[in-house]
Amino acid sequence: MMRRNDVRARNHPAYWAFLVHRLSGLALALFLPVHFWALGQAIAGEQALDGFLRFADRPLFKFAEWGLVVLLSLHLMGGLRLLVIEFAPWTHLRKDWLAVGLGVGACTGLAFLLALLR
Amino acid sequence: MAAMNVRTQARLWYFQRVSAMVLALFVAVHIGIVVYAVRGGLSGAEILARTHGSIAFAFFYGVFVLACAVHVPIGLLRIAQEWLRWRGPSAVAAALAFAVLLAVMGLRAVYGVVA
Repeated sequence: MMRRNDVRARNHPAYWAFLVHRLSGLALALFLPVHFWALGQAIAGEQALDGFLRFADRPLFKFAEWGLVVLLSLHLMGGLRLLVIEFAPWTHLRKDWLAVGLGVGACTGLAFLLALLR
Repeated sequence: MAAMNVRTQARLWYFQRVSAMVLALFVAVHIGIVVYAVRGGLSGAEILARTHGSIAFAFFYGVFVLACAVHVPIGLLRIAQEWLRWRGPSAVAAALAFAVLLAVMGLRAVYGVVA
């Protein structure tokens, strides 16, 4: 039988970290085949790749790309946190790591946004 | 992971963590490249000018793709087990198929932009 968490566990920051890590991982996993398919257009030549890039050059796609970059950066920081918890002898910085992860995600999002505007 | 023996579970956990360590480095570099490349908009010519014939690019993204093909299906298998209650040989087979799909599509994409 699988145990279920109650409300107290779900209100803990670590639960939110778990949820963000899992949902970002899921979104990235589903995005990867699309990403690879799109870049694979290059096999048919530069024009085919350009055709797709023009198609994707619209606000909805840019927003999705921005979201994926932010999710990737959150997943990276969440993963580093897990590696630290499991392999590093350091303690006391697990909640700090959540804050740093959020901060890095926000910075990455802003950097990508700035790059888009240039 | 009721249907899976302990040795396999431990092995998957190990592969997941080792691939995560590799990916941490690659993802950090990739985010840097993405932010740099997206300035002024993306064009096929601009992308291919950077990647065409580049051994370094092929090596970097080839290893990146293979690490993804290890890491992603193990995570999906976990989600299938915990959220969908989908376990056993069919779930493992689906995860393996996704690993092959990612490796083939990813290496094809690398070949597409490098060759």
